[in-house]
Amino acid sequence: MTEVLVLIDAPDGKVTKPSLELLTIARRIGEPSAVVFGSADNDTLKEYGAEKIYTYDDAAFDEFLVGPKAEALAQLVADKSPAAVLVGASTEGKEISARVALKTESGWISDAVDVQADGGTVTTTQSVFAGNFTVKSNVTKGAPVITVKPNSTAPEAAPAAGAVEAVTADISDAAKTAKITSSKPKEASGRPELTEAAIVVSGGRGTGGDFTEVEAFADSLGAAVGASRAAVDSGWYPHSFQVGQTGKTVSPQLYVANGISGAIQHRAGMQTSKTIVAVNKDDEAPIFELVDFGVVGDLKAVLPQATEEIKKRKG
Amino acid sequence: MTKIVVAVKYVPDATADRTFSADNTVDRVGVDGLLSELDEYAVEQALQVVEAGEGEVTVLTVGPEQASDAVRKALQMGADAGVHVQDDAIHGSDAFATSLVLAEAIKKLDYDLVFFGMASTDGGLGVVPTLVAERLGLPAVTYASEVTVDGDTVKIRRDGDVATQEIEASGKVVVSVTDQSGEARYPSFKGIMAAKKKDVQEWTLADLGLDAGSVGLDNAWTKVESFEPRPPRTAGEIVTDEGDGGAKLVEFLASKKFV
Ligand SMILES: Cc1cc2nc3c(=O)[nH]c(=O)nc-3n(C[C@H](O)[C@H](O)[C@H](O)COP(=O)(O)OP(=O)(O)OC[C@H]3O[C@@H](n4cnc5c(N)ncnc54)[C@H](O)[C@@H]3O)c2cc1C
Ligand SMILES: Nc1ncnc2c1ncn2[C@@H]1O[C@H](COP(=O)(O)O)[C@@H](O)[C@H]1O
Repeated sequence: MTEVLVLIDAPDGKVTKPSLELLTIARRIGEPSAVVFGSADNDTLKEYGAEKIYTYDDAAFDEFLVGPKAEALAQLVADKSPAAVLVGASTEGKEISARVALKTESGWISDAVDVQADGGTVTTTQSVFAGNFTVKSNVTKGAPVITVKPNSTAPEAAPAAGAVEAVTADISDAAKTAKITSSKPKEASGRPELTEAAIVVSGGRGTGGDFTEVEAFADSLGAAVGASRAAVDSGWYPHSFQVGQTGKTVSPQLYVANGISGAIQHRAGMQTSKTIVAVNKDDEAPIFELVDFGVVGDLKAVLPQATEEIKKRKG
Repeated sequence: MTKIVVAVKYVPDATADRTFSADNTVDRVGVDGLLSELDEYAVEQALQVVEAGEGEVTVLTVGPEQASDAVRKALQMGADAGVHVQDDAIHGSDAFATSLVLAEAIKKLDYDLVFFGMASTDGGLGVVPTLVAERLGLPAVTYASEVTVDGDTVKIRRDGDVATQEIEASGKVVVSVTDQSGEARYPSFKGIMAAKKKDVQEWTLADLGLDAGSVGLDNAWTKVESFEPRPPRTAGEIVTDEGDGGAKLVEFLASKKFV
């Protein structure tokens, strides 16, 4: 069986859930080989099916933007001729993978929500135009280089050899030009990561600037908190929590929009959520066109009651 | 003297219904278009850099005949000159082919910096800037929420997920800016009048030394096999809060096993 290269994201060594999803998807195509810049928890990679673990150790990967990582991965692709290359659909993942595809003259498909292999052909499914169309594609040149959205599959354990192989790459000076001169970590919210969360509860202009009710409701469900651009632009919530075209794309099991009208740019970031719920005091808000369940009402009354009710049920 | 090229795209109006043409490409003919709103931020930042010192802003677009509207809008905002690359063979080009045409056009221009929007509003993936940089062998500082040009060094701030980063690069640099970089200006009456006299060059693939075989739908390295409208969502249940909205909401969540 041929190798499938999977680029692993492991901040502080902890392998992210989307990376485990990639390993799970990779098994449909061939034998997963994890590619790690820096270090990752190898036991987890092994448990989730990595036959091989290629590790790179070079300060250049942290000091510069995507250039060095793209060069290293492209060299590995040329060396191993994998059946496919899978990368998470983050902004960095897209930049690295697109450059790898260009360097290796391979077809690139981004934001796949599903990947299937049939014989030698790898077919991807993407959701486009704010979720209004489903597109199936494949590549006509080289090994498919695919970015996959979080929550595209459930990670499944499948213990494998996990043989660690230290590899090196020739990084050109041209790749070491966009230098990261400072990096200030953001404060962790203690809630699940927005793009990975099973439940996202978000608030918009209708919160009037106070996210207390939204946060309390989110916490009762163990959910991540999101925000509309109106809320972010007003300075009510940090930009890294914005859902939509110029923010995050989320695809959770449950999305609850509170005081959000449902503009097309907001929908672009949440329309593929499995179940959609909205609370809005305007019964004509476009968000209601999308919902599985909606409450026409004031979120300041509805959310606290719902939070209490959940606490009661949980006992 | 800082010479900046800003790549701007003509896109279908996001509020219109978008669909596919018979050849599985995005239908750009049947809908009204405009300068991508996210590229207005790039034009704005370029204008600010030039206004802080001395320089020139040239806007560059690759697209159908109507794409000249996008160039015109940028000229009205204050850009000095425009270039419109138009060729029937470009139809259906993906990000890779588009980046090739842009890179070749940029090579023909006299420039210090190249500015881009963060992504095309018509489903663009935000990779054209990084691909153009890759092709030109230039440093790329992408997703800037703040841009400062200091001599021949560009510094940006990137508001990332886990960290806020300061990034810098020198020499000829590719920059992409986000919608967090600051409101784009509206064209003034004076700007609208002045734009009428500004020079817009029309280039074809031949002018760039490219042949039709290197771009277009048939030369893409990926292929759309099929597309399907998503089955319409079955109408959801909508209740009006009469003091029990929260409880009803939880009942629904419980019925779906979320509670
Ligand atoms: C290029 C571009 C990119 C964009 N990208 C994004 C993006 O990434 N994400 C995004 O979200 N937007 C984005 N937008 C903006 C988008 O068009 C909308 O302006 C925005 O989503 C509106 O946010 P909102 O729904 O919170 O506010 P509004 O549209 O003002 O809606 C507020 C809603 O709250 C309801 N409400 C008010 N008070 C209450 C109450 N007490 N209880 C319950 N309901 C109440 C109102 O009935 C209303 O429906 C973008 C726009 C452009 C042009
Ligand atoms: N056809 C085009 N003509 C000019 N610039 C473009 C074109 N397509 C993309 N761009 C630029 O590349 C950026 C990112 O585009 P995309 O990768 O398509 O999301 C846009 O914001 C534009 O600055």
